[in-house]
Amino acid sequence: MKTVNALGEVCPIPIVMTKNAIKEMTEAGKLEVLVDNETSVQNLMKMAKQKGYPATSEKLEEGKYHVLMDIPAGTEKEMEETETVETCPSAGQKEKRENTVVVISSGQMGNGDDELGGILIKAFTFALTQMDKLPSTMLFYNGGVKLTCEGSPLLEDLKTLEAEGVEILSCGTCLGFYGLKEKLAIGSVSNMYEIVEKQMNADRILRP
Amino acid sequence: MNKSDIIFCKSGGCTAKLGAGLLSHVLEKLPKGEADPRLLVGYDSHDDAAVYQVSEDLAIVQTLDFFPPMVEDPYLFGKIAATNALSDIYAMGGDVKTALNIVCFPESMDLNILGKIMQGGSEKVMEAGGSLAGGHSIADTDIKYGLSVMGTVHPKEIWTNTGARPGDALVFTKGLGTGIICAAKRAGEVAEDSLEAAIASMTLLNRKASEIARNYTIHACTDVTGFGFLGHLHEMMHDEISCQIHFEQVPVLGNALQYASEFLITGGGQKNRNYAERYITFDGVNYAAEEVLFDPQTAGGLLFALPEEEAPDLISALHSDYPLASIVGKVLEKQEIEIRVTK
Repeated sequence: MKTVNALGEVCPIPIVMTKNAIKEMTEAGKLEVLVDNETSVQNLMKMAKQKGYPATSEKLEEGKYHVLMDIPAGTEKEMEETETVETCPSAGQKEKRENTVVVISSGQMGNGDDELGGILIKAFTFALTQMDKLPSTMLFYNGGVKLTCEGSPLLEDLKTLEAEGVEILSCGTCLGFYGLKEKLAIGSVSNMYEIVEKQMNADRILRP
Repeated sequence: MNKSDIIFCKSGGCTAKLGAGLLSHVLEKLPKGEADPRLLVGYDSHDDAAVYQVSEDLAIVQTLDFFPPMVEDPYLFGKIAATNALSDIYAMGGDVKTALNIVCFPESMDLNILGKIMQGGSEKVMEAGGSLAGGHSIADTDIKYGLSVMGTVHPKEIWTNTGARPGDALVFTKGLGTGIICAAKRAGEVAEDSLEAAIASMTLLNRKASEIARNYTIHACTDVTGFGFLGHLHEMMHDEISCQIHFEQVPVLGNALQYASEFLITGGGQKNRNYAERYITFDGVNYAAEEVLFDPQTAGGLLFALPEEEAPDLISALHSDYPLASIVGKVLEKQEIEIRVTK
């Protein structure tokens, strides 16, 4: 089952994410959408009803709901008639790419001298850009979020990685704590559910 | 970080309003104190602004409105927020006199952005014929801006939202769909001309519409904002009358119907649906039309109820400034179904 994590998003974004996920589905199957508010549940159920997808919804816990949709085969053509051939990698290529997640939890690499730690984390990120196999996701939390914000020496390399398809996520609570919410310069804001989920689903986790 | 990331927020404009259902729950429980007979319009009537009688021929109208940005350009945001805040005075048939700025702004952010927001706001206050007289600002994590506005009206010429009578025509002055078009913008799927149409609508003051309509027998008036066309229309029915709306006559901005059919919709629209749908029957109207009618409007148009025979003249008088103004329906004696929407 495919899952769309739209926690922390308000409409229309959860719907847009769901539409995109449906578009990417190559065969019939179930789609789970996670949202954090009931209004988004209602909007998703409304869309499912209009599209004729059987759907159910459930409150999982405070601030977490899921909507389950049964997506029939071949819906992507209906939904986006004008869409040209999609350029996303085929299922075969996807399997070859191991799901590696890089976790960066401070502004430095290793313990010891902070200046040296800063040089090392920059070198690590550059070396990452040179790898044949790239990670699927890079998670930044605690002091790590300073590296995804304005003024970070890593931005150029992170941009390269993002352009290659690496997902770059920064912890929203951490950005808020350091007063950096408005300074985020790359990737998107994430939450603890996603941070846990990415690590749970990882084949390999790198902690420089 | 580009400009759009700085100023664009999750749910801007009137889509950020608390749901009407939620709000009445709280308001009902508030202690009211002794009723002051000079308070002609308070929040018992769910009206657009408060009206207080000062003397036999003078009442003051007070209102306040502020919200997060719904467009990227700070100057435009200021204009839109002010247009929206000033509108409540016009919906009561009043004239704008003074306005105070309400500002929430992050300390870490470039003050020039705030300057542009307030410039846009003050230009609209001037256009409204009012004076900007001060304000209050606090440091906050997100930007919010609006105005507290004071206006005047003759106590005998106040337009409330509950005076409509069976047989009245319903006239609406602007197109619907600003919430949906801003949602499409947020999803990156908006057409430039649709966005322009929405912005033009959101920066068009209701001043002239209000002034023109004073030459007619206006029985009721409200401005259509956060609760959507049907939410505000429901309040106009105040459990005593009913109405029929012809959707084909309801002006819609740009591609709003198309975006609605692609589910580029807001949480606010769904809250409005939850609040008002039990009063409404849709008859031969498609889903996209329903969404547009529930769509929260930012700085929406004025909705008038007036004798049917006067409506065509009002429309012609409005047309040069409000080309989309239209007779959208008719007030009926109370029916089982409060609002019937047909093609």
